[in-house]
Amino acid sequence: MVRADFDRSLEELQAELVGLGEMVERAIIKSMDALERRDLAVAYEVVAEDDLIDAKRFELEEKCIDLIATQQPLAIDLRTLLAVLQIAVELERMGDYAEGIGKICMIIGDDVPVETPKELPQMADMGLTMLRRSLKSLVERDTDLANAVWDSDDDVDELYDGVCRQIFLDMGQHPKTIEAATHFLWVAHDLERIADRATNIAERVIFLVTGQSGGFGDHRENE
Amino acid sequence: MQDLDPILQARDLSVYYDTKKVVTDVNLDVARNRITSIIGPSGSGKSTLLRCFNRMNDLIPSARVEGQVLFDGLDLYGHNVDPTEIRYLIGMVFQRPNPFPKSIYDNVAFGPRINGFKGDIDELVERSLRRAALWDEVKDRLKTSGLSLSGGQQQRLCIARALAVEPSVILMDEPCSALDPIATLAIEELMHELSEDYSIIIVTHNMQQAARVSHYTAFLMVEEARVGFMVEFGESRKIFTNPEDERTEAYITGRFG
Amino acid sequence: MAVISQTDFQKGKARRKWMGRAFHGLCLLSVGIALTMLAVLLVYLLIQGTTRINWSFLTSFASRHPDQAGIKAAMFGSIYVVIIAGVVAFTLGVATALYLEEYAARSKFARLAKINIANLAGVPSIVYGILGLEIFVRSLYLGKSVLAGGFTLALLVLPIVIVAASEAIQAVPPSLREGAYALGATRWQVVWRMVIPQAMPGIMTGVILAVSRALGETAPLIAMGALTFVPFTPDSPFSRFTVLPIQIFNWTSRPQEGFQEAAAAGIIVLLVVLLVMNAGAVILRARFQNKWEG
Repeated sequence: MVRADFDRSLEELQAELVGLGEMVERAIIKSMDALERRDLAVAYEVVAEDDLIDAKRFELEEKCIDLIATQQPLAIDLRTLLAVLQIAVELERMGDYAEGIGKICMIIGDDVPVETPKELPQMADMGLTMLRRSLKSLVERDTDLANAVWDSDDDVDELYDGVCRQIFLDMGQHPKTIEAATHFLWVAHDLERIADRATNIAERVIFLVTGQSGGFGDHRENE
Repeated sequence: MQDLDPILQARDLSVYYDTKKVVTDVNLDVARNRITSIIGPSGSGKSTLLRCFNRMNDLIPSARVEGQVLFDGLDLYGHNVDPTEIRYLIGMVFQRPNPFPKSIYDNVAFGPRINGFKGDIDELVERSLRRAALWDEVKDRLKTSGLSLSGGQQQRLCIARALAVEPSVILMDEPCSALDPIATLAIEELMHELSEDYSIIIVTHNMQQAARVSHYTAFLMVEEARVGFMVEFGESRKIFTNPEDERTEAYITGRFG
Repeated sequence: MAVISQTDFQKGKARRKWMGRAFHGLCLLSVGIALTMLAVLLVYLLIQGTTRINWSFLTSFASRHPDQAGIKAAMFGSIYVVIIAGVVAFTLGVATALYLEEYAARSKFARLAKINIANLAGVPSIVYGILGLEIFVRSLYLGKSVLAGGFTLALLVLPIVIVAASEAIQAVPPSLREGAYALGATRWQVVWRMVIPQAMPGIMTGVILAVSRALGETAPLIAMGALTFVPFTPDSPFSRFTVLPIQIFNWTSRPQEGFQEAAAAGIIVLLVVLLVMNAGAVILRARFQNKWEG
């Protein structure tokens, strides 16, 4: 393989990574859709489709290893491959959270004793935006955008704290809904983690572009 | 791996120098229009094995070859096989660039001329130099000495010289060991391009090079009891990420011996 | 800590420097001696001989009268004999060297043959004269002719040419041979197109040495029966002949002062002929000298 081919392989790898991101994005959207509409079929789909995401992640990992072994990448090439490896893991974990939401949907079932807290779709939207922007920052090697993703994590955290407080309040006031509320607590938690993973992606982008890792702030407290 | 389309097949191939065995029972399939690299420590018989494929070992009086090398099914060591004809079909590039002390033009034209080429030799020289990615650098000085070129250019001239007789296989014996990294990269690029039309076997002591350029890799080894035996053969990506034999693993990770 | 103490090092250094200078001086002295001898010889020859060098000396035959004696027959005899010797020795020598180096290389026979050939170079030249007398003059019925003389000298210088050609052939890089073989060249093509052109300058150096040697030889030609008094130029390969060294030898053994001068003039002519023939060989060598190097 020659350098031109290697460059092409790197580009393909990145495109596949973005493809994985899109799969994860769809999984999150579908899981929230299932939750709001109490649609068990869709929830089941999300859970089943997580296997595809896992498979894709391992496929990407294998390609990275092949390229590292055969092309001996250095400097930017090495950082790119490492970033791809790590981002693939982050995305796969995000997929797991979507799967988790899907499973919660299946536990909640299709009756609607309690309204879904309206902050949850809001959190999901924010997480999705962060995911899209983190991948955009990867494609465009845009550290400003990556930093912005990072900053927006605070907003998600704030929302998360609010939701939790509200759910605890509701639990105290309506002990009968505790079970359902616990489920919503889990969903909120999953959504919060999705946003965290998006910030991790942004962090890997900054590493990829600048070669600097860690020490950008205190956004990793949840890891 | 099983569906590899072989152009050359070594069958129980052994080579002796006098009574000393230097290549032991090698069975190796060389894929058509692919690059196959042969790696292994010094003295593992890599070059000797390579030289079986165009019968260059015949030039060493004490060398004796046992077994078969099938070239599209024809045994190169069969009766009535003329080694010069084989070398016409299977070209070779050597460790040190060895342009003839002739003009660039005459270097490339040498092979066709001695083989009785009748045709447009100017055109053939140009085509060969273009294929070797050297034409643009030398087209204005074809009449100057081949030795006036840089090391990397000389090696590409030697490749052009080998291409001029239009072989189907090119053997390369550590072709970059005398070159700097940039010239090495140029040769590797060239090999990659050539692999579309030629089957290439490269002996290299540079594992990274084998990993970079070759589709398949054969690992030869030397032990006290046996010299020049093949430990493992497979797709390069497999050999360099997850070799099957622990001796291969030890060698490619630098934990040999 | 240094292995050698500072004072020891300084002492040693002074001594080594002195040794270097002394050796340099010795070499210079040797060159001086050689050059002085040559200069004395030349000056002596020029003083004695220049008076006799003129057109009639070159165009006259030998004579009993010192002032009429010329060098024509010997000059032409020498040129003919040496050309025959050179051509024969070159052809046979190169062919032999090629056989030993390319065809029989590394065989026991080749090794044995090479040792013997090297030894032959040391055999006294008179032995070759006797050999020439037996083989060429008597057995092959060539008579005491130019041809027999040329062949005899060819035998004499053959070892020189073979050894020089062998070395020149050995010096052709194996990589060039391999390169040619790898393109499908036959052994004949490799020898003819790669080895000989590459070895030619070295072979020509051997030929130059051989010609110089042949031109100066007297004994073998006397032994095989060259004449000392020849009043004609050889008109065919089967003519009888004489050569410059014999003529000079003949003159120097005469008591008359005039013949001494003629001998000196003859030596000058010999030197000029030598120079001209060597220059010819050097020019030939330069033509073969590879213009593609580097």
